[in-house]
Amino acid sequence: MNKNVLIRLGGISKSYDGEVVLDNIDLTIHDKEFITLLGPSGCGKTTTLRIIGGFETPDAGDVYFEDKRINDLPPYKRQVNTVFQRYALFPHLNVFDNVAFGLRVNKTPDAEIREKVKEMLELVNLKGFERRKVNTLSGGQQQRVAIARALVNRPKVLLLDEPLAALDYKLRKDMQVELKNIQHKTGITFIFVTHDQEEALSMSDTVVVMSKGKIQQIGTPTDIYNEPVNAFVADFIGESNILDGVMPEDVKVKFAGQTFVCVDGGFDKNEPVDVVIRPEDVDVVKPEAGMLVGLVTGVTFKGDYYEIIVDVKGFKWMLETSDFVGEGETIGLSIDPDAIHVMKKSEYSGLFGDYSSFSDELDKLSDATEEVEAE
Amino acid sequence: MKKKSFLSRVADAPYLLWMILFIVAPMLFVIYFAFTDRNGGFTFENITSLSSYSGTFVMSLSFSLIATVICLLIGYPLAYCMAKASKKARNILLVLLMLPMWISLLIRTYSLMALLDNGGLVSSLLVKMGLPKLTFIGTEGAVILGMIYDFLPYMVLPIYTSLVKLDVRYAEAAQDLGCNGPKTLFRVILPLTMPGVVSGVTMVFVPSISTFYISQKLGGGSFDLIGDTIERQFQNAVTYHTGAAISLVMMILILLSLFVMNRFADKEEIIV
Repeated sequence: MNKNVLIRLGGISKSYDGEVVLDNIDLTIHDKEFITLLGPSGCGKTTTLRIIGGFETPDAGDVYFEDKRINDLPPYKRQVNTVFQRYALFPHLNVFDNVAFGLRVNKTPDAEIREKVKEMLELVNLKGFERRKVNTLSGGQQQRVAIARALVNRPKVLLLDEPLAALDYKLRKDMQVELKNIQHKTGITFIFVTHDQEEALSMSDTVVVMSKGKIQQIGTPTDIYNEPVNAFVADFIGESNILDGVMPEDVKVKFAGQTFVCVDGGFDKNEPVDVVIRPEDVDVVKPEAGMLVGLVTGVTFKGDYYEIIVDVKGFKWMLETSDFVGEGETIGLSIDPDAIHVMKKSEYSGLFGDYSSFSDELDKLSDATEEVEAE
Repeated sequence: MKKKSFLSRVADAPYLLWMILFIVAPMLFVIYFAFTDRNGGFTFENITSLSSYSGTFVMSLSFSLIATVICLLIGYPLAYCMAKASKKARNILLVLLMLPMWISLLIRTYSLMALLDNGGLVSSLLVKMGLPKLTFIGTEGAVILGMIYDFLPYMVLPIYTSLVKLDVRYAEAAQDLGCNGPKTLFRVILPLTMPGVVSGVTMVFVPSISTFYISQKLGGGSFDLIGDTIERQFQNAVTYHTGAAISLVMMILILLSLFVMNRFADKEEIIV
């Protein structure tokens, strides 16, 4: 990948009515990168995107585009185009005129407009839709028009503000693949905003995890998943059991009343830490062979695996297993050293407890509220 | 069609009765009088005789068109400023705009007359400033000014409503695609607020073309508009039939222009 720096945010802060939305954000975006800003609603991801697009001005800090400060550059002078949340297609124009809008504003010759719009509509699989009214299109089709309308201008950067949030699950999956393909074909830098961690992991080169107006972690999807820096990231990305622990020495960690061998080090002697263990990294074994022993209190069938809740000395673990275990069974837990991830204590420690109050339904409810997130 | 319950029919009854008594019946009377002579016999004469009023029609049409265009030119920017203003300023502007509408049209026209009269406030101010004495009452300008003054709020309000309702993201999308301020206005905001413009134009044009009071008070009797002509015909029992015929023709003209304007709005197909 080309490693030229395209956009740099330096010390960006922004607040509305005294409420801090962004707190000293530093971020570097490279050419041809697919970068995702990920976080729950109100974490400042959309505001960051709007600052790059020029729709908001930061209270403090600078925005650089190819090493030029662009804080005061209005949106129409930036080499950036946006796919808006709920698309904002112009209802008074048909598909062709929507896509041609930017070219017409820039006084492109008619023949060239026809050529480029045709090419773009082919790219997003909307050939033959030129004369359709935008309000007769399905959500997925509107989404494609919005992408074509932005990309036809050949921007250096495409900003996408939760573009898939309004689509149903199947369509969302397809669009994820398609977006990735489009990015690959066009070689344009994509800055993608989402609250959906799965989307972020499957599409991005780089994921930026945000919370409360701060960047928590920047890294590749694998880094973010395997090496979360704190309890917030561990909890937000995927499922995780987060336990209180102590590091007596390097590669040794004590939690759940036992000492385990791990691969982490570099902590003070007996430093309190957060320990993350992913549900799929624990092996379910016979009680006598287990490092820990627990009682199964819940089993959910997930298709290709079972999700089980296990009570170990009062702490409820979530595990994934392909073999059926029944509720009320006693099982052993076996944990490999590299399945244990040790993190420094942070302001988020202790906020994410065990799975004692876990319910799929609650999870879905909170997802739904995030989808209607305010801009 | 869905069958209506007894209760909902009872609830509809007063409104239906009102419509029959005060809208449908008068219209039928107008049509009846328009096509009958003094003895009650059927005739086309009332309609054919209208050609002598063509000058009046043309004058009414041009006065109201000029008033409507000026209202639009003043009204759209005003509505735009109101929609852009802070919430507090917006409410103050809205009250200022509506305030005159709480006062009877007759009283407003009278006050305008008092201001513009020879020796009225405006002309005496001009004289005090050393300018030549000007006559306002009795000029075309005074009549058109009266129409603008009386009907401007009806232009501003629908446009203001459509501007306030307009999703700010459309303007942002336009800017994102390379539009500066004026281009955003002409390429996106104006077309998307066309329904407001069309209802504003209708609400100014229709009362302007049928007014008789404004032209009588501010025109000083020198302008005989369609409304004045109709009024005169109905003051005399003998000319009821001509009055009805003029009313009918005008009604058809207004309906036609509404139809054309709505087609215009439909073509834009806008959801506000």
